[in-house]
Amino acid sequence: MASTAFGMATPYVNGAAKEIADGVGAALNTTFSAAELVSEWIPGSRIIFRYVRASHQNDPFRTLLEILLVVFMFWYFGRKQQKPGFNDLELTPKEVQELIDEWEPEPLVPPLTDFQKTELEKLPIIAGPAGPKPKLADGKERINLSSYNFLGIMNQESIKEKAVEALRKYGVGSCGPPGFYGTIDVHMDLERGLAKFVGTESAIIYSQGFSTVASVIPAFSKRGDLLIVDDGVSFATQKGVQISRSVVKYFKHNDMADLERVLEQVRLDDAKSKKKLLNRRFIVVEGLYLNHGDICPLPELIALKEKYKYRIMMEESFSFGVLGKRGAGISDHYDVPANKIDILIGSMTGALASSGGFCCGTKEVVEHQRLSGQAYTFSASLPAMLAVAAIEGLNILEKEPAILTRLRENASVIHSTLNKNLHPDAEVYPREEASPIAHLRLRLQCSREEQERLLQDVVDEAARNGVLVSRAKYVTDQELHPPQASIRLVASAGHTRKETEKAATVVRDAARKVLKSRK
Amino acid sequence: MGKGQRAHLERFDPPLNSADLISAKVLDEPLYPVPAPPMKRTQRKPADEDHILETAPWAVLITTYLSYAILILFGHMRDFFGFRFRKERYWQLKDHNGYAAISSGFDTFYQRRLYARIRDAFNRPITAVPGRTVTLLERTSKDQNRTFELTGTKREVLNLSSYNYLGFAQNTGPCADAVEVTVKKFGISSCSSRMEVGTTAMLVETEALVARFIGHEAAIIISMGFATNSTTLPALVGKGCLVISDALNHASLVYGARVSGATIRVFKHNNVKDLEDVLRTSISQGQPRTHRPWKKILVVVEGLYSMEGSVCNLPEIVELKKKYPFYLYLDEAHSIGAMGPNGRGVCDYFGLDPKDVDIMMGTFTKSFGAAGGYIAARKEVVDHIRLHAHSSVYAESITTPVVQQIHTSMRIIMGEEGGDDGRRRIHILARNSRYFSTELKKMGFIVYGDVESPVIPLLLFHPAKIPAFSREMLKRGIAVVVVGYPATPIITSRVRFCISAAHTLEDLKFALEAISEVGDLLCLKVSRVKRNDEGEVVGKTGIRVWGNPIF
Repeated sequence: MASTAFGMATPYVNGAAKEIADGVGAALNTTFSAAELVSEWIPGSRIIFRYVRASHQNDPFRTLLEILLVVFMFWYFGRKQQKPGFNDLELTPKEVQELIDEWEPEPLVPPLTDFQKTELEKLPIIAGPAGPKPKLADGKERINLSSYNFLGIMNQESIKEKAVEALRKYGVGSCGPPGFYGTIDVHMDLERGLAKFVGTESAIIYSQGFSTVASVIPAFSKRGDLLIVDDGVSFATQKGVQISRSVVKYFKHNDMADLERVLEQVRLDDAKSKKKLLNRRFIVVEGLYLNHGDICPLPELIALKEKYKYRIMMEESFSFGVLGKRGAGISDHYDVPANKIDILIGSMTGALASSGGFCCGTKEVVEHQRLSGQAYTFSASLPAMLAVAAIEGLNILEKEPAILTRLRENASVIHSTLNKNLHPDAEVYPREEASPIAHLRLRLQCSREEQERLLQDVVDEAARNGVLVSRAKYVTDQELHPPQASIRLVASAGHTRKETEKAATVVRDAARKVLKSRK
Repeated sequence: MGKGQRAHLERFDPPLNSADLISAKVLDEPLYPVPAPPMKRTQRKPADEDHILETAPWAVLITTYLSYAILILFGHMRDFFGFRFRKERYWQLKDHNGYAAISSGFDTFYQRRLYARIRDAFNRPITAVPGRTVTLLERTSKDQNRTFELTGTKREVLNLSSYNYLGFAQNTGPCADAVEVTVKKFGISSCSSRMEVGTTAMLVETEALVARFIGHEAAIIISMGFATNSTTLPALVGKGCLVISDALNHASLVYGARVSGATIRVFKHNNVKDLEDVLRTSISQGQPRTHRPWKKILVVVEGLYSMEGSVCNLPEIVELKKKYPFYLYLDEAHSIGAMGPNGRGVCDYFGLDPKDVDIMMGTFTKSFGAAGGYIAARKEVVDHIRLHAHSSVYAESITTPVVQQIHTSMRIIMGEEGGDDGRRRIHILARNSRYFSTELKKMGFIVYGDVESPVIPLLLFHPAKIPAFSREMLKRGIAVVVVGYPATPIITSRVRFCISAAHTLEDLKFALEAISEVGDLLCLKVSRVKRNDEGEVVGKTGIRVWGNPIF
């Protein structure tokens, strides 16, 4: 029975299919006839129709298939595109509304801790002019061991005079980015002056020191490029590295053997991989490390860079105007031509006692940034007054290299004074060199906040005795490797030897007092 | 070269700057009585007509794409032969000696083959004050714009390019006097960051003034406008947070959002409906993959978009805030000082309470003739920013002369100094902007932006018209800003006029005549919107409202 039924069913199904196919075929035929009528209105379309019609008569299923394909195409392109992610959940409108009603965001900012509150309250406020010995809000003068006033030329009369002259010629603001009538003649003078002083072909200025390096790195290092970074670099450099989206590898701070290990590793990986595309490669280092106070070993670095074909990006914000016989920075310090450093980034905030940053290099390096350096292209240019102040600062440095000697003397005074009779729980970093930046750290096994609190006590105690210092401030939770808590002491040629000695003694004694009373 | 056209500029003996103008009352017509500021907030809604973004006619669209195609084709042909036959000039662009080229890809191609052709229209060096007029240092190029040489001559031209909205770019007058005294007394820099020893009494005082001006509890001043955005956003949002950003937000906001590590989503320019859609999907879907709820959502918008001249639809966004608990970050870089009856930005313009906006950001580079930027918010938010914004902790604190300029100009705007000087500036700026954009629209140009916006973009479309417009205007004694890709979408190259309170009506008339002439020369009057004699729209063909101008 079953077989009969089956046998009967088959022709029936075939018959139905044939009927449907015939029906579709007839419908198509009618459509074609109608279309033919329409086609008479459009010149030239007859030939196409004749072809389609012939193909349809040969194989009606082909037309069906083609129509289905067209329908599929319309469906495919017309369907609602899933917006943000591939794994979106299908939700009913009611569920969506419920989820929205239920959602409670965190507060915009977390409440301040007690320590943060006191930190803001204790912020020193300078009432008079800032300088080597500023007067604070309480009316007392203090020796300033915290400003980056390396050359002691901060707010010198000649700079002020030049700035006022500039004010009377240019006004204050530049009212435009450099691309749109914001390039003032003094900017070009400053760029030329910096390039000449450092010893490179060309230079470009930015309107904030911090944003310079964070903008220069991504201008050159793109996705797929390679950055080999010292893990002790300061925050601005870290941010530039982060935003570049390049491949990043770190080496131990100032450890050239470790750098070589990383470079060698990259070389081996390259040899293994089949991709032979050459990418841009940079070694990112600092001249004088802000967070450590030590100096980058440039000659070894250049040897490695040349061996492995890398370019150097050198952050010189704190070594420019400080290191070297002429104060031209790390290359001057080691007597290496500055053009060995491919991209040199500096700041006018420190030694030149003005504001803004700059980048030196070949013409290609500099001109590329005029369109690709984000903080250059999309920001108003440096106020003319500040550019003029920086030019004058540069002039002073060129004319009186003797201030560099005074700076170095004061730096070594700070180190020797601190190291003499220092409380055993405190230490001075860097240990060997007499660097213009010294960190006073604690050798205690306690939490970071506890350390910060102790150091703040030292700062307060020093303030009571007439010395202005500050803890080194960090956004700890965003730092790559938060540097150990410290008080940063900055030597300045603006102080006499005696003043420096006195100030360092006060800090040392304050540390001793605070650490003693702890026990 | 067009000396006749410049006749009216020469009538005033140079040097003439906006200071003379404002204090010497050189306006031709009798000054109107300046209306008193509204005592009560009167809310207003943005009018549709203010936000017309007209689409390009087909013929223009096709020829524009064709122009780019030709430029790109020729560029590649030149590169093809150059790389083979002129190696000495091209070696920098190729991998050499084991080093990859310092820059490569479309970036450099664009720079060399498209931008270099028109480089003379950009980075023009100037001297003296960029006020009502600007003094250009003339330059020539002997090698097709590869390098420039200064000729040593100067030329004073009418300035329609600087962000000098309220005319505070001055080297005389109360601001400059105050700055001189300050520099002599307090010096220039404090060589330290705000959180270490860079806080001066004057800075603290000015921050309080800014907070009072904006109408929030507290404010912080940061030494660079770009950095105000790029280094503050990471203090507010991080991983697990969502930033919803307007499609045309400034590069600094994009930079800040990227550095913060938060997820970024974009909504169509000034399209509140799209913003709501994005909000609904984002909140209900949660974070990507894990579907955990977002920690917080920050909507980032600008008050006045610097390339479109469009004013943010703040009333509707604030309304949206009541439905969805997101936080709002408003960048008033261009609108602060320049918009609203009291010059206090878009909140003032729409009659909204600034406290409805969680974070008010703005810059001092534009209306105040200074530099730097501010964040104003509730005290606890500002305190958090002081401790966490990169610029506050690491970057140099703002310099003394700049603080003084901010202080004095802001007090003038507030009417606490200089009598009705500030009020007059605000009033003249609004009148100038309205007049200028209406006249341009009546001439048949495609003009974007709000009718009271001091930023007035006029669409050029074709790449060849970018330099042509700039050069022709310069011939006629007017400095203008032309903008193309990458600052705008590739098709909508434009010229951007910045109107200032330092301009007289005569200046504007002179400029309008020149623009009309150049417009005829370059076939720019292609608008299909019909307007009556007052410049109002009659019929709405070929226009889009609240849409995205990308075609």
